[in-house]
Amino acid sequence: MTDTGTTSPLTRKDFASDQEVRWCPGCGDYSVLAAVQLLLPELGVRPETQVFVSGIGCSSRFPYYMNTYGLHSIHGRAPAVATGIALARPDLDVWVITGDGDGLSIGGNHLIHALRRNVNLVILLFNNEIYGLTKGQYSPTSELGKVTKSTPFGSVDHPFNPVSVALGAEASFVARTHDMDRKHMMEVIRRAHRHRGAAFVEIYQNCNVFNDGAFEDITAKDRRADMLIELRHGEPIRFGAEGQWGVRIGPYGEAEIVSVAEVGEDALLVHDEHRPDPSLAFALSRLASGPHEPTPIGVFRDVERLTYEEAVQAQITAAAVRGPQDLQRLISSGHTWEVPGPGGNGSRSD
Amino acid sequence: MTDAITPTRSPRTLDRVVIRFAGDSGDGMQLVGDRFTDVSAVFGNDLATLPNYPAEIRAPAGTIAGVSSFQVQIADFDIATPGDAPDVLVAMNPAALRANVADLAPGATIIVNEDAFETRNLTKAGYATNPLTDGSLDAYRVHRVPMTTMTIEATKDSGAKPRDAERSKNFFALGLVCWMYGRPTAPLLAWIDERFGRSPIVRDANRAAFNAGYHFGETTELFESSYVVPPAQVPPGRYRNVSGNLALAYGILAAAHHAKLGVCYASYPITPASDILHELARHKALGVRTVQAEDEIGAIGIAIGAAFAGTLGVTATSGPGMDLKAEALGLAVSLELPLLVVDVQRGGPSTGLPTKTEQSDLLMALYGRHGEAPLPVVAARSPSHCFDVAFEAVRIALKYRTPVVVLTDGYLANGSEPWRIPQIADLPDISVPFATEPNHVDEDGTPRFWPYLRDPDTLARPWAVPGTPGLMHRIGGLEKEDGSGNVNYEPANHERMTRLRAAKVAGIAAELPPVEVDDPDPLADLLVVGWGSTYGPIRAALGALRAEGHRVAHVHLTHLNPFPPDLGSVLGRYRRILVPEMNLGQLSRLLRAEYLVDAQSLSKVQGLPFRAAEIAARILEMLEAPAPEPAGA
Repeated sequence: MTDTGTTSPLTRKDFASDQEVRWCPGCGDYSVLAAVQLLLPELGVRPETQVFVSGIGCSSRFPYYMNTYGLHSIHGRAPAVATGIALARPDLDVWVITGDGDGLSIGGNHLIHALRRNVNLVILLFNNEIYGLTKGQYSPTSELGKVTKSTPFGSVDHPFNPVSVALGAEASFVARTHDMDRKHMMEVIRRAHRHRGAAFVEIYQNCNVFNDGAFEDITAKDRRADMLIELRHGEPIRFGAEGQWGVRIGPYGEAEIVSVAEVGEDALLVHDEHRPDPSLAFALSRLASGPHEPTPIGVFRDVERLTYEEAVQAQITAAAVRGPQDLQRLISSGHTWEVPGPGGNGSRSD
Repeated sequence: MTDAITPTRSPRTLDRVVIRFAGDSGDGMQLVGDRFTDVSAVFGNDLATLPNYPAEIRAPAGTIAGVSSFQVQIADFDIATPGDAPDVLVAMNPAALRANVADLAPGATIIVNEDAFETRNLTKAGYATNPLTDGSLDAYRVHRVPMTTMTIEATKDSGAKPRDAERSKNFFALGLVCWMYGRPTAPLLAWIDERFGRSPIVRDANRAAFNAGYHFGETTELFESSYVVPPAQVPPGRYRNVSGNLALAYGILAAAHHAKLGVCYASYPITPASDILHELARHKALGVRTVQAEDEIGAIGIAIGAAFAGTLGVTATSGPGMDLKAEALGLAVSLELPLLVVDVQRGGPSTGLPTKTEQSDLLMALYGRHGEAPLPVVAARSPSHCFDVAFEAVRIALKYRTPVVVLTDGYLANGSEPWRIPQIADLPDISVPFATEPNHVDEDGTPRFWPYLRDPDTLARPWAVPGTPGLMHRIGGLEKEDGSGNVNYEPANHERMTRLRAAKVAGIAAELPPVEVDDPDPLADLLVVGWGSTYGPIRAALGALRAEGHRVAHVHLTHLNPFPPDLGSVLGRYRRILVPEMNLGQLSRLLRAEYLVDAQSLSKVQGLPFRAAEIAARILEMLEAPAPEPAGA
């Protein structure tokens, strides 16, 4: 434990616990941990105001490594536990650390409901497209045909696209980043933290033991320019080493990749994170069916909506304005009657 | 409104009467039963009620499946049950008669809505011939009252169309029964005015039907006399009626008040627990935060999160929801956070009998989690007792930092009884301090916060809430090192932690009051041990048996884990022990296992409470058999 009662600027060390980090050497989780530990001092927050809640899985060990409050809950339930914390203490920053199995399989229900309620949470979903802790079964984001221990003839399950799921669940903030670009990751997480309401961040994260290289087609340094489509608010969506590719909206509302030389820059979609309607963000999320084609990263959607805690508090405040309630009066309400002691008379009141 | 009526004919005096209103689920029988109960309570009777309604919201009209009933016993003495066999059955249609007639004692009074006994309804109810004319009801006093016709006639001036007017016939029946038992009419008419004030036509029709029913009783020759049940002798004080679910909600609010904590209540809709959510959701002005969660697991997860954050986390459900909450309950045991979990039991397994009562979740509450996961369990014995039990459960949860399961059941949840309103200010302070300082110093002198460093007396760990500087810590479902709380897989540590968790819960027994033994004799010939809602029927059975000179004692357990410390020695004193339960013998199994006593089981799993006579019969049977030597002799 570090004494943080001083006013000197905090550093990464102030947010690191004394526990030895036990992920496999080379795991992508290390870079996410570093990004968050480096970011928090920049945000100017105190460690005691940060709560990290996780479920079960490799990524869910994350809270143990943070010198903040932390709750390592049970498989899939972190969004529910985090909702309780946020509801009870709206003054805290509550983070959910989850994975593709934890958040989208066993805990899918809690995830979508936390998003639709717009609970003020930052939800970091580490997507490695595999079950690591249980040693290598396919996950709800594994591609069709994936050969694993539990699918020796290839997976026949159609995968989820986490960004599409979040958009469909009415999320007010949806973003994607990857573990090979700390700067991008920190910027996206900074934006998620700043957002009021549920902020969903999918992080492509490499499992170097059970699914090594799953994202290499798009995250390898020499391929990024042609394979990662960086979304920037207010700018036409372009990518490629020379910016030669772009995204435009086709006749049926679908996003498609085009050659800028062929269609001209004016035909490209100008990215608008703040569009109230999520249709264009959804179309962008469908550009790639897996991390082997040009894939958008960055903030897909960032809109303002009343948070769950604010809405609950507003009702409490409104009730208090109507008049304070007295518990004794409440339990004494309705039809009551007096049973007299010896010699007394009964009475009733409504 | 001054047209309240006073009975004129000289009434007979009764000490108790059991009335059952039965009709189609659309006939408003629950409403009529509620009103009769309320007016009887105001009159000063002691009473107990038993609502019984179909699980289907809209079961086919006129069928047995669609019958809804409400039974109430009113008495001039302290009673404990809604009664065994009704003295009076009000049957609004043939199905209501057919579904209930078997419960009546010979000589009981049956009042039927004669208009409903036509061929189509008789067929729907499965009657080949009309029971009103085929002699099958000869053992009863049957009053045939054309309620529909008379209601339509009486409500003509209200402006209601005949089809709508007919719907007021439940108030006609209520008026009739109110006359029979000398109920004051003014409160009922006032209630009708208030409830239906916004629809003058409905209000007037209901008033007219009620008055017509009352007058019908008074003027017709069908009834030889009316009956008066004089007010009961109960301790002085201010009273109101309360159902188990309402008392439980109030108990949660009172406990939070005296714990100086906010309430975060999360639950998923489930019969028969939803009314607790409905009630608490109304009390925003008391700062109550309620969440209708996405599912049962989400509900307990939210409550656990709220507890971690320093509020009173509460969730309530019924059996199927308890199944779903099991894993999270184990997490709460491991986290050692205060948490209140209410199980309003209903008939199982699976969906079972959603609207019927049962006590079959006892062993599940104690043992229904993987691993060694002990937690305290307390049970309410009557509707108003739900208030006390909620308060006690919260006290234990806070003091020992543990989840506590409260068991009630459908019978308690929906049944009601008069409740002497407690003075909130007189209830004890149950608040516990949050940790504010590090509680451990490292070898190098660094102050640390160890989340699993226990209080030596209670074995409770400190409750340090997020936002407190210097006490940042991480806890979870993985085994923790004794003291530091760091993840730890060492064999000896796991055994120590397992035993510490068990010792903490077992240690609660030390502060429990001695068992209250109701034994008017030096040593009775038989001890009845009960828990939960069997309290009423056991009390009623013992009252009857003692009046006949039998020596029978009663212990009714509130604390089911741990048991009170002297329970074993109490059990050891008696030569015969009977445990009536609405399950296949769960408490009797626990008593036998724990204390090596021959606790005999009396079981009933029909979705209905015991009748006192069933318990009395079994006691007599045991008393007639030669007694074994007492276990403790």
